[in-house]
Amino acid sequence: MKKVLEEKAADPRPANGRDVPFTTISGRPIERLYTPKDVEGLDYDRDLGDPGRYPFTRGIHETMYRGKAWTMRQFAGFGTPRETNARFKYLLEHGSHGLSVAFDLPTLMGRDPDHPLSLGEVGKCGVAVTSLADMETLFDGIPLDEVSTSMTINSPAAMLLAFYIAVAEKQGVPESKLSGTVQADILKEFIAQKEYIFPPRPSMRLVVDMIRYSTEHLPRWNSISISGYHIREAGSTAAQELAFTLRDGIEYVQWCVEAGMDVDDFAPRLSFFFNSHSDFFEEIAKFRAARRIWARVMKERFGAKNPRSWMCRFHTQTAGVSLTAQQPYNNVVRTALQALAAVLGGTQSLHTNSLDEALALPTEEAVTIALRTQQVIAHESGVVNTADPLAGSYFVEKLTSDIEADALEYFRKIDAIGGMVAAVERGFPQREIQEAAFQFQQAVERREKIIVGVNGYGMEEKPHPILYIGESVGEEQIARLDALRASRDGEAVQRSLQGLRETARGSGNLMYPILEAARAYATLGEMCDAFREVWGEYVEPPVF
Amino acid sequence: MPDTAGKGAAPEGGSRRIRVLIAKPGLDGHDRGAKVVARALRDAGMEVVYTGLRQSPEQIVAAAAQEDVDVVGLSILSGAHLPICRRVLELLAENRMESVRVFLGGIIPAQDVPELQKMGVAQVFQPGASTQDVVRLIRAAVPRT
Repeated sequence: MKKVLEEKAADPRPANGRDVPFTTISGRPIERLYTPKDVEGLDYDRDLGDPGRYPFTRGIHETMYRGKAWTMRQFAGFGTPRETNARFKYLLEHGSHGLSVAFDLPTLMGRDPDHPLSLGEVGKCGVAVTSLADMETLFDGIPLDEVSTSMTINSPAAMLLAFYIAVAEKQGVPESKLSGTVQADILKEFIAQKEYIFPPRPSMRLVVDMIRYSTEHLPRWNSISISGYHIREAGSTAAQELAFTLRDGIEYVQWCVEAGMDVDDFAPRLSFFFNSHSDFFEEIAKFRAARRIWARVMKERFGAKNPRSWMCRFHTQTAGVSLTAQQPYNNVVRTALQALAAVLGGTQSLHTNSLDEALALPTEEAVTIALRTQQVIAHESGVVNTADPLAGSYFVEKLTSDIEADALEYFRKIDAIGGMVAAVERGFPQREIQEAAFQFQQAVERREKIIVGVNGYGMEEKPHPILYIGESVGEEQIARLDALRASRDGEAVQRSLQGLRETARGSGNLMYPILEAARAYATLGEMCDAFREVWGEYVEPPVF
Repeated sequence: MPDTAGKGAAPEGGSRRIRVLIAKPGLDGHDRGAKVVARALRDAGMEVVYTGLRQSPEQIVAAAAQEDVDVVGLSILSGAHLPICRRVLELLAENRMESVRVFLGGIIPAQDVPELQKMGVAQVFQPGASTQDVVRLIRAAVPRT
C-alpha cells in the first residue's frame, strides 16, 4: 500500500489520469481556461436577453422556476394496462406532476399481440395497448381534465391520440380540456429510433394532419414533441443532437406552412424533447443554444409574429445510454448530475432515469429514487432561486455560441441537400450518427473515455434484482383481443377501416377516420395494416 | 441488399475468413450496437452481413444459410430474447445448421443466461462488453479449417 501511495504522489500526469486531450463526451476540445476574450462580441440584448424575452437564451419564462417549477414527468409503462394504471397512480401519489406513457414494441410498431413479429415482445418495453378497450383500462380512475399526459408514440401516434380523445369522451371530458403531448416526431425515427412503419412522405402527411387537427380542436395539447433524445442515444454528438432536432422542427414547420397553415396558429404548440447527457456544461450550453436558434429561426426564417411561436419549450430526459449495468447505484449519481444540467439549462419538464435502467424497466424502488432526485434539486439545492444562473460565465457563453455555430453549419448542409426529408432519404444524418457512435466506442475501448465500473474501477458484483416481465402478458393480451373481436360490431370496424384506406388515397385529414375507427374498437394492427396497404412499409438499406 | 463488404485484413492463416451474420430479430429498432459490432468485425477481417431491422427467426436462418455463415450474432434489447433465441436455435437444428454458433448481445437479465446457454447460445454479451471481446470470442468459437 505504501508503495502504491508513493507512486501516486509522484505521478505527474494530469487530473484525468491520461495523456489524452481534454474533450467533452462529444469530442469537443475544451480550453484550460476561458476569459473575457472568449465572449468579446457577445451582446446581451441581441444574443441573450432577459428570460422571457427574445431570443430566450436565458429561458422562455420571465420568472422561470420561481413562477412555475418544471413538470416532474416520469416515463412509465410495462406489462398490461392494469399494471401500468397502478404505476401511474403510484407516481401521481408520490409527487409526479404529469403522466408519460411508455408503450411496448408491438404498440409502437402498429402490430397486434398475435402478429408473428410480436412473439416475446408484448408488454416487455412498455405497456401493451391494442385498442380503445386497453386505453380505457390504462386511464381507469385518472381524470383526463385534471392530469396531463405525454405519450411516447410515433408511427401510430394519430391512433393513440384518437384512443385518448375517445377515453376522454367516455369520461365526459371535452377535447378543449385535454392537456398533454404526443411525440409523433417521425423524422427522428428514420434518423435514429427506427420505429417507422410507412415511408417518409406519407408519414409526414400523417404528422401534418395531426398538427392541423390539434391546432383546431386541442388548444391545450402539444401537437408534437420534436426530439433529440433518441438521436443522442443512437450515438450522436451534442451538436448533432441539437442540429438534427431543430432542423427536423424546421422541416415540420415548412410542411405545415406549405399545407396552408398559418405559422402563428400552430407554432406555439410545437414542443421539443432533448437528452441530458454526461458532460455537464456542454449540455447546459446546448439547451441555451437551442432556445436562441429556434427563436431566430421562427422570427427570421418563418416570419412568425406571435412571441409564443418563438419559444423553444422542451422536455428533457437524462441519458439512458450513459447508465451502466455494472454497479447500478452509480447511476443515481449520473442521473442527478444530468438532471441538474437540465434544470440549469431551463427545461420545462424532466424525466430522470432509474438506477436499473441498463438492466430492465424500473422497479418501484428505483423509480422512486429517480423522482426524489428531482425533488431534492427543486427543494434543497437552491438552483431554482434565480433564472439561468450560469449566464455570463465565459465558459458557458462561449460553449453556447460554439454549439450554435455547429448547428447552423449542419442547417446549411441539410438545406443544400434539399431539406431534412431529402437528407433522410440520402442517409446523411444516419451516417453522421453511426460514425459518431463508432468513434465513441473506439475512444472507450482505448480508455480515452473512462466509464466508471466499465473500463475502470470494476469490481466483483452480485446480480441486481430487477423487474422481470414474463410471457404471460402476451397470452393475456391475445385473450383480451379475441374477446374484443367477438364482442364488437365487426361490420362497423370494416367500414371504418375502409374509411381509412379511402382517406389515405385521398387528401382529407386522416384524424377523422382514425377517430371513427378507434371508437368502433378497431385494433391498432388493423388500422396500421389499412395504411400499410395504401402506403407500403419503409425498409432501411442495411448499411453499417 | 445486405452489406457484405469484407475489406481489410488478409485471410487469417490462409483459411477462409470467418463469416458472421449480424441480425436484428423481432420489433426492436435499436441498432447502434449491432452496427458498431458489425463494423468492428469487418475491421478485424471477418466477412459481415447485416440483415437490417425487424427480421423474423425464419428470415434470419434463411439468410444464415444463404450466406453460409459461421456465426449468427443476434442483437436484442427488447426483452424478447428467450422466445426468439429458442426459435432461432430450433430452426438452425431443423435445417441441420447446428455448427453455426449463436452469439447474443443486448439487454439480457443475468437470470436468463443459464437458460440461454442450455438452449445452445454460445455466448451472451451484456452492456459494457467491448468489440474486442466479441472479436476474440468469435475467433475462439469458430474452428479453423
